Amino acid sequence: MYKIVEKRVLNPEVKLMKIEAPAVAKKALPGQFIILRIDEAGERIPLTVADYDREGGTVTIIFQEVGATTKRLGQLEAGDSLLNFVGPLGVASHLEGIRRAVVIGGGLGTAIAYPQAKRLHELGAHVDVITGFRNQQLVILEDELKACSDRLIVMTDDGSNGNKGFVTHALQKLLDEGNEYDVVIAIGPMMMMKFVCEVTRPRKIKTIVSMNPIMIDGTGMCGGCRVTVGGETKFACVDGPDFDGHLVDFDEAIRRSSMYKSEERQSMEQHGCRLMAQGKE
Amino acid sequence: MANMSLQKVPMPEQDPQVRSHNFSEVALGYTAQMAQEEATRCLHCKHKPCVGGCPVNVHIPDFIAHVAKGEFIDAYQEIRQTNSLPAICGRVCPQETQCESKCVRGIKGEPVAIGRLERFCADYAMSHPEELKELPLPAPNGKKVAVVGSGPAGLTCAGDLAKLGYSVTVFEALHTPGGVLMYGIPEFRLPKQLVTREIDTVRKLGVEIETDMVMGKVLSLDEIMEDGGYDAVFVGSGAGLPSFLHIPGENLNGVFSANEFLTRTNLMRAYDFPHSDTPIHVGKDVAVVGGGNVAMDAARCAKRLGAEHVYIVYRRSEAEMPARKEEVHHAKEEGIIFKMLTNPTEVVGDDQGWVTGLKCVDMQLGEPDASGRRRPVEIPGSEKVLEVETVVIAIGNTPNPLIKNTTPGLDTNQKGCIIAEEETGKTSKEGVYAGGDVVTGAATVILAMGAGKRAAAAIDQYLQGK
Repeated sequence: MYKIVEKRVLNPEVKLMKIEAPAVAKKALPGQFIILRIDEAGERIPLTVADYDREGGTVTIIFQEVGATTKRLGQLEAGDSLLNFVGPLGVASHLEGIRRAVVIGGGLGTAIAYPQAKRLHELGAHVDVITGFRNQQLVILEDELKACSDRLIVMTDDGSNGNKGFVTHALQKLLDEGNEYDVVIAIGPMMMMKFVCEVTRPRKIKTIVSMNPIMIDGTGMCGGCRVTVGGETKFACVDGPDFDGHLVDFDEAIRRSSMYKSEERQSMEQHGCRLMAQGKE
Repeated sequence: MANMSLQKVPMPEQDPQVRSHNFSEVALGYTAQMAQEEATRCLHCKHKPCVGGCPVNVHIPDFIAHVAKGEFIDAYQEIRQTNSLPAICGRVCPQETQCESKCVRGIKGEPVAIGRLERFCADYAMSHPEELKELPLPAPNGKKVAVVGSGPAGLTCAGDLAKLGYSVTVFEALHTPGGVLMYGIPEFRLPKQLVTREIDTVRKLGVEIETDMVMGKVLSLDEIMEDGGYDAVFVGSGAGLPSFLHIPGENLNGVFSANEFLTRTNLMRAYDFPHSDTPIHVGKDVAVVGGGNVAMDAARCAKRLGAEHVYIVYRRSEAEMPARKEEVHHAKEEGIIFKMLTNPTEVVGDDQGWVTGLKCVDMQLGEPDASGRRRPVEIPGSEKVLEVETVVIAIGNTPNPLIKNTTPGLDTNQKGCIIAEEETGKTSKEGVYAGGDVVTGAATVILAMGAGKRAAAAIDQYLQGK
C-alpha cells in the first residue's frame, strides 16, 4: 500500500497528491510516469511524475478528474492509501545541453511541464514558460513556474486573466519578436501539441511532446499505447513518452485516445451509482 | 488386474452452447470415482517412460497408484515433491506431447489420462486442506536469492530454492503475481482463484513476493545483487513484448495485441465491466490472427465477450497450427470459425479510424521451411476482405527488453532472448541464471517450470561452492 501523505486542491478540477513511494522517488526523473491502481477492482492509470522528494521518499502526482478512476482518486484524502503505485516508467526527458527553451503546458499538462522547466532551470538554461487554461480560475502552479523560469506567460481561452488566447499565440509572438530557442517542449492536450508543432515546424525548431495514450501495464507488454512516429510504430510507455513532435502522427493518436469514450461514460454512470450507494454525494 | 479400457474415462465439460457465454471453467474435473477408475488403467511399467516425458519428472506411476487406492492426499504429496503447481499443470500442460505421449497404453488406444488425474489430486487437496500434512520448513541457510518474475518459471525456481533453505524474494512487475497464468491464460481454462491458491502454497514455503517491481526500471539486476545483498538472481521474466504484423492499418481503433486483449479480459477482469473499472471493446465480428494457444484463448474470450462471429485467421493449414489439439477442438465446439491458409495483408477502417475489415489473401502450401513446416505461398489475385470490427494479433511475443537494456554483461540473442545454458540456466553474467520464455521465446508453462527447476538446482550448487 502506498500512503497519500499530502493532498492539495489546485483548482476545481485539478488535485495534487504526494504519495509515499520511496523506491519510485529514488529513481524518478522529469518526463517519467507512474501507474497507479486505487483498489482491487480498479483500473491501472498512468500519471506523469510532477515532482519527487528523494530524501522524503515521496512522489507528487497532479491529476484532473476526467474519468471514473480520477474522480475516485480525488475523493481520497491524506492518510488514505493506494493499492498500487509503480514506477518510474518510461524514458526520462533529455534536458542536458539545452541552452534556451520554451516550455509549454496546456491545462493539466502544466503539471508535467513544471518538472521539466524546473530541471532546465537547475541546469542553467534560459527557460521561457507558456501555460494555457480555459479561464483564470483554472490556472495552476503560477508561483512555482515563476520561480523556475526567466519569463512566464499565462494565457486563458476567455481572457479572464487579461491575457486572451492560446499558447500557440504566445509562442508565435515570442518567435516573431526574434527570440531563438534550441528546443520547444510542449505538454498538454494532443490538439494543443499538434498545433504547437505546426508553429515550430516551418522554423525547424526541435519540438518535444509528451504523449499520454491509453495504456495498461506501462512496461511494453500490451502495446495499447502505440504511437506512429516517423512512420514507425513506437510504444509510448517504453520508447517515450517524449517524442519528436514533428514526427508524431497526431491525428492517429487523437483517434486512438478516443477509443473507450462510450465505456468511459458507462463507467462514470456506474461510478455515480457507487457514490450514491456510499451516501457520499 | 488393470482396467483394460482403450479409452480414457471422459472428462465432464460444460456444454459448448452454454460455456461460450460464460467465463466459468470449461472442463469440470473427475469425480473421485472417475479418478480411481482411470488410475487403474496404469500398467505400472518398470521403466516408467511417462516420467521421462515430464519436464519436472513428476513421479507419475507412484501418484497414480495412490489415486487407485483412494489415497488422494498421498497422491497429491507425491506430485508436490517435484511439481510446485500441480493444479495448473493438470490443466494447461500439453500432456499429449509429454508424459501421455510416452504412455504404453497409448500404443493401442488412449494413454492414461495423467493430466486429468494430476488435476484431480490438486483439486482434491485444495478442497480438503484439513487432510494436508504440514511439511516442515528447512532451516534457513542464510543465503538470499532474488527471482525476477512470478510466472511459472519464477514460482518453480523460488519454491525449489525455499525448500532448500534459501531466503527467496520474487519481484513481480504487475500488481498481481502469476505472470502469464494471471494475465494470459483465461479464467475458463485456468481459474484465477486456483492460481492464487497455488501461489499461496509457494508463499507458505517462505517465499516473499514483491509486486509493482519493474526490473530495469525500479531496480536493476546489479542493484539487486549489490545493494540488496542477494547472492544470486534467477530471471524468469517471460516473453512479454507483443509482435505485430507490420501491415497497413494496424494502429486503427479496434486492433489489439493478444497481450492487451487478454490482459484486459483476464487480469483486469474487463468481462465484469463496469463492476471492474477496465473496459474492453469487442465488435460484433472478430478476427484473431495466429494459430497458437494464445490465439485460441483470445478467440474464445472474444466469443464470451459477446462477439457473434469469431474467426481464427492463420496462414498455414490446420495441421501446422501450434495450438494444442484439445484447444482447437474446444474452440470449434464453441463455434469459432477457422480460416486456414489465409494471410492478412491490411486492416481496413472507416473514416473515423475504426476497423471495418481484415484484407487477406489465400495461401497454398509449398516446400518445407526452416521450421520443417511447409511454407505458405500466396495465391495471386485471391485478395478479399473479411468484415470484422475487431482484430486481435496473436502471432507471438518476444522478451521485454527492459532487463536486457539495463544489465551490462548479460548476453542475449538476436531475438532479445537471454542466452542461458539449457541444463543450468547459467547466463554470461556471474550469479545470474535465467529460464522460461525469456530464454526460449514464447513456449509452454511446463517448459518454463522445468527450466526454473533446473536453475534452482544449479543455483544451489553455485552457492554451495561459494
